[in-house]
Amino acid sequence: MFRINLYLSLLLFSPVILLAQHKISGKVTDNRKRPLSGVNVYIKGAYDGATSKADGSFSFTTTEAGERILAATLSGYQPMEIKITTENGEQLSIVLKNAANALRVVTISAGSFEASDDKKGTVLKPLDIVTTAGAGADIVNAIKTLPGAQQTNDREGLFVRGGTGYETQTLIDGMLVRNPFSSSLPDVPGRGRFSPFLFKGTTFSSGGYSAQYGQALSSALVLESTDLPQRSSSSVGLSVIGVNAGVENLSKDKKSSWGVEGDYTNLAPYFQVVKPKQTPNLGPEIIGTSLNFRRKTSPTGLLKFYGYGNWSKMGFSSPSIEYPGDRESYQVRNGNIYTNMTYRESLGKDWRIYVGISFSNNRDNIVTDTLGKGQTPADIRLRSSLNQSRVMLTRNIGQFSAIRFGGEYQYATELFSVNHRSFNYADNYTAAFAEGDIYFTPSFVGRVGGRAEYSSVLAKMNVAPRVSLAYKVDNYSQFSVAYGDYYQKPEPQYLRFDHGLGYMKATHYIASYQRVASDYTFRTEVFYKRYADLVKTAPYYSNNGKGYAKGIELFWRDRKSIKNVDYWISYSWLDTKRDYLNYPKEVQPDFAATHTASLVYKHFFPKLSTNLGLTYTFATGRPYYNPNLPADKFMSEKTMDYHALGVSASYLTTIRKAFTIFVLSVSNAPGNKQVFGYRYSSDGLRRGEITPSVPRFIFLGMFMNFGIDRRQDVINNL
Amino acid sequence: MKRLLLSLFMIGGLATVATAQSAQYQDAMSKQVADLDSSGTFAPDALVAKTNTFERIAEAEKTQWLPYYYAAYCQVMSCFVGQDKGKIDELADKAAANLDKAETLNPKNSEVACIRSLVASARLMVDPASRGMKYGMEAGQQIELAKSYNAENPRVYLLLGQSLLFTPEQFGGSKSKAKTMLETALQKYAAFKPESTIAPHWGEPYAKELLTKAQ
Repeated sequence: MFRINLYLSLLLFSPVILLAQHKISGKVTDNRKRPLSGVNVYIKGAYDGATSKADGSFSFTTTEAGERILAATLSGYQPMEIKITTENGEQLSIVLKNAANALRVVTISAGSFEASDDKKGTVLKPLDIVTTAGAGADIVNAIKTLPGAQQTNDREGLFVRGGTGYETQTLIDGMLVRNPFSSSLPDVPGRGRFSPFLFKGTTFSSGGYSAQYGQALSSALVLESTDLPQRSSSSVGLSVIGVNAGVENLSKDKKSSWGVEGDYTNLAPYFQVVKPKQTPNLGPEIIGTSLNFRRKTSPTGLLKFYGYGNWSKMGFSSPSIEYPGDRESYQVRNGNIYTNMTYRESLGKDWRIYVGISFSNNRDNIVTDTLGKGQTPADIRLRSSLNQSRVMLTRNIGQFSAIRFGGEYQYATELFSVNHRSFNYADNYTAAFAEGDIYFTPSFVGRVGGRAEYSSVLAKMNVAPRVSLAYKVDNYSQFSVAYGDYYQKPEPQYLRFDHGLGYMKATHYIASYQRVASDYTFRTEVFYKRYADLVKTAPYYSNNGKGYAKGIELFWRDRKSIKNVDYWISYSWLDTKRDYLNYPKEVQPDFAATHTASLVYKHFFPKLSTNLGLTYTFATGRPYYNPNLPADKFMSEKTMDYHALGVSASYLTTIRKAFTIFVLSVSNAPGNKQVFGYRYSSDGLRRGEITPSVPRFIFLGMFMNFGIDRRQDVINNL
Repeated sequence: MKRLLLSLFMIGGLATVATAQSAQYQDAMSKQVADLDSSGTFAPDALVAKTNTFERIAEAEKTQWLPYYYAAYCQVMSCFVGQDKGKIDELADKAAANLDKAETLNPKNSEVACIRSLVASARLMVDPASRGMKYGMEAGQQIELAKSYNAENPRVYLLLGQSLLFTPEQFGGSKSKAKTMLETALQKYAAFKPESTIAPHWGEPYAKELLTKAQ
């Protein structure tokens, strides 16, 4: 019995007997010997451990005996394990190395501003675009508050770093948009066609962009459409200029969705009240509709379709400068269709594929004449269509590096007729591109790539190399440089008449520094751009044009210093000259201002649930052509400086269950006079100012969204 | 006979070791869970230490969902007490990873869904203006889910009450509704019987505190 008792006690108490206590202690530092606190230091597989204190020290006791693994983990650092003997575990020194986490990994940034919800550290969020006062919820108008963009508000397009609006291309999900702006009247620029709510990400690249994109000498506006919606919803909007309604439906399995949207805009009643400079004689009236479909084909695959149709008619008559006392009329009827289908999928371990197809068609019927002179009105018809397809393969190499390559094919037709005399052409355009993002270290990356293109209408090929480097100094700051050659076909109006033209060319050199923290962003960039082979129309059609642009840009955004206030300031200094079209020599072109600055200010009043926005933009005067001056004084006179102050207030509330926003916005609130240039009669005796058609535009609207839960405001006081 | 007895004792001995381990788990967990409602726990450093402890227990046990659950709870609380918004996403990612593990071990759990709702609210805090829609909705959906898994869980009503209390009136918030909801929460707390001493039972003092604000 005694023996059994011995067994019993041995068995019962053996765990206790073995549980001798050993002290484990030491200090954790990083590789620069700075103490690390909050480190979880513990014996692997046991509960025993401790959290390091502010001085990096830790201490605990363990009952584990013999050789054990001691682990130390802290987020942002590589976990570490060492073998220790618990009986001899005091005064350990542990060194943790930085982990290459997303915050520390450098990304290519020279030349580009990115707005995205997905990625951290972006400069602008999609919502910022919508809430920028004076922008009228137009993507391009909001982008114009960023450095590099000009305030050319008398013509449509994004004029970037001494480039024309034609030199900027817009892409949706990688597919080119041939007519991103609605058709315009002379001196009245068309608005962007696409609602900012369609996109989850916007990248505005003012130079040095990737070999993925071609046919843009100056800039690329890359828009990425939203994925599946969070849930089904419907929306209604009502404003002084029109109505819109939409439905978005998410399937039960949350794998597919469809949406339909329609809008109707009629400016005629508004123009009855606010008399514009020109007298409307057709519309303005716009009917728009869009359709989308998205399907998650697998955990990694996504198919997206987007279709857009828009029909508009508008016309104005205005006093004729050529024939005093008479009026001139200009009317345009436009129909535009844009469709785009893309598919993304992961192909096994490291490969991804992207396929896209797109069809678009644009029709403009323009009737213009000088009333009272008994001339036949000019009947101008334009039809353009673009079919495109694109394939891209991406292969990840290691943790960060990747190579991408692919190709695209476009078939474009351009039909043009004046009083039934036609000038048509078609172009087959093929391009191949390849580039690699090579991470030498997580904080030093190089992107090397190239693009080759062939256009049948030019019957010429080009090869464009592109290189950029970026180096991250610490978690927040980085330096980048970029170089690249960019080619673009001349505009259709020149290609149509002269088929001997070749590509225009621009070469970019960019250096930038940026510091992006969670509450502020600072960024500065210097660039030099050389233009070659620009189109000349005088004395004869040729590619003999040339020019340059250089400048310095600054951007500062601060979300912290003033409570509930978010503001940004951008400034651009631009020195550019070019000899193109009918210019007699190299001069500063009429679309370029030397100094441009913007201040965007947004103030949220939580108690009133109201957002107040102010946007002030300034630009020095732009050159204009005065035919009365001798040729050596060409473009030597400048317009007055440009000042604009946009104000907006939006009140957020719920009406029954619908999330509702009331918006009041006024562009150019103080009513400053804005002169963009002058138009002269052919004898040079009379001239008319080019000014906005209404000095200030007042917009009042209401937007309701049903079926969206707003429980988030939990947050505000937690 | 001796042999038989011996082997019996052997078996008994092994069982003792096994219960000793489980007792160690109970012991360690009760110690950590005990002060979850005290204000000292919510000092940033204390939360880090607690998170680390729960993660150590989780790593050693691997088949228990509670350590993962509590680690996530501490991580999400760190989001709310911390000063640096830049760290929220990282903490939320970690909390979400712990909740995934907890949910695999204990699927369709009301308590896990409650924490998921808090994680969504934390992410929202980083940039309410542009994240409001997405994460606000997710926070609401998770609460609904938590309610559908267990309508008797008092923490569901605590979170709903908190949301009503802090939501501006324009967006459907209301002090009086918050008051009713928090009173419901307190009734549920009174009736609530945790499955064990270490099962989630936090929040009652906080509910009382909120109720005074809702008066």
